[in-house]
Amino acid sequence: MSQPRVMREEGKIIMKYKSVFDIIGPVMIGPSSSHTAGAARIGRVARSLFGREPKWAKISFYGSFAKTYKGHGTDVAIIGGLLDFDTYDERIIKSLEIAKEKGIHIEFIAETAVTDHPNTARIRIGDDQGELELVGISIGGGKIEIIELNGFELRLSGHHPAILVVHNDRFGAIAAVSNILAKHQLNIGHMEVSRKEKGRLALMTIEVDQNIDRHIIEEIEKLPNIIQVTKIVE
Amino acid sequence: MFRNVVELVDLAISQNKKISDIMIEQEMEVTGRSKEEIIAQMEKNLTVMEQAVEKGLKGVTSHSGLTGGDAVLLQQYIEKGEFLSGETILDAVSKAVATNEVNAAMGTICATPTAGSAGVVPGTLFAVKNKLNPTREQMIAFLFTAGAFGYVVANNAFISGAAGGCQAEVGSAAGMAAAAIVEMAGGNPEQCAEAMAITLKNMLGLVCDPVAGLVEVPCVKRNAMGAANAMVAADMALAGIKSRIPCDEVIEAMFKIGQSMPTAHKETAQGGLAATPTGQKLAAKIFGIPLK
Repeated sequence: MSQPRVMREEGKIIMKYKSVFDIIGPVMIGPSSSHTAGAARIGRVARSLFGREPKWAKISFYGSFAKTYKGHGTDVAIIGGLLDFDTYDERIIKSLEIAKEKGIHIEFIAETAVTDHPNTARIRIGDDQGELELVGISIGGGKIEIIELNGFELRLSGHHPAILVVHNDRFGAIAAVSNILAKHQLNIGHMEVSRKEKGRLALMTIEVDQNIDRHIIEEIEKLPNIIQVTKIVE
Repeated sequence: MFRNVVELVDLAISQNKKISDIMIEQEMEVTGRSKEEIIAQMEKNLTVMEQAVEKGLKGVTSHSGLTGGDAVLLQQYIEKGEFLSGETILDAVSKAVATNEVNAAMGTICATPTAGSAGVVPGTLFAVKNKLNPTREQMIAFLFTAGAFGYVVANNAFISGAAGGCQAEVGSAAGMAAAAIVEMAGGNPEQCAEAMAITLKNMLGLVCDPVAGLVEVPCVKRNAMGAANAMVAADMALAGIKSRIPCDEVIEAMFKIGQSMPTAHKETAQGGLAATPTGQKLAAKIFGIPLK
């Protein structure tokens, strides 16, 4: 349920599926790894980045998501993710009812615009204190990529464990984060920083070769000028 | 590290190990996790598969009403004892169907390698289990062996219907299952590769044409026949039959066929069975839209 995932550069094959659990897994609520599990993961990343339960959510579906979201349960899955349910959490099935009980206002929009990827969702969530906007794509087998966050463009391959670090655009912030990763012998495979305005909020996107433990994320969160750290690929 | 089937088989033979051992060792190397942790995670996946089969054999129906109940029908038929093919193969088919019916009904499954093809590996595993009486460890090993072959396909070709058609999805799952059955039955690593090759050869060209774009019709029955294919290919490999085209070349052929397959036949619900008059009628009914 994705674009061809094989990458061949000058005849060399890059191993994109690294773990046996990319093949035997994930454990998930059916029916589709891309339209259901992937959607739940995109929703959960939005929830995780927002940091709390939103009061409202506007979900735009594009491409195949727009055409088949009802049949695949993409709508219930993405709301399940927003409620912080994992891909295998059976509460996903009842997520629309649960959200209604919690008084969360939900709107789904089936967009007709053509996107680069057939399985694209734009999530806007918010409450009295703030809003968040994110664009995610589901690339197959339950794997996802986040391509936009609050107007910041991201280019996360989704092939490696990664963290997103929202921080104040100050000197030393990037070095402090990379120092902690170095201390724990985590090698950075890809890193990019984007900001909308000089001196304001910025976003670090860091892909590493190994999985990042929760305690390392907590350590980064305690650094000065770091606002939020979110793990986005299991 | 292995990148293809030849390297996988060579590693197993040169170290006098099973394919499943090689997969576990590579997982330890890649993730830095301990053998115990990796095996514990796979056991959890095995438990999920077991529960999905049990649930499907009790009977489920999907939200659309397109699928459900066929696993039960087949089990009742087996119990009558008047079947033509064989008990183990029909048991595998019914358990593959059970898993995919649970998937279509938004139940919990383990993707192997995808949700749409999640029936084949557990279906064959729990059928062969009744014949071979494996230990829990051997059942977990079955999943690592299946995973090793799936890993090769995923990295050298594709495993999703949208990318390469059903041959990439159920085709890969069936090949993975065939190889794992051979190892559990005591076959050697080369026979595992032969079984994978024989299976995938007979899935080449299979399109992904789901009615209404849903993972139901024909996905559930494709899983059924994927399981049957895997069982027969495993028996052929165990009998000493070899594929004239080596496994890696079969995978490469699958990749090239998938690349040249029209998008109408890659999960877009625009061709094949989805485009039949009945397929169109069902889609219109499910989505409540008038026929064009």
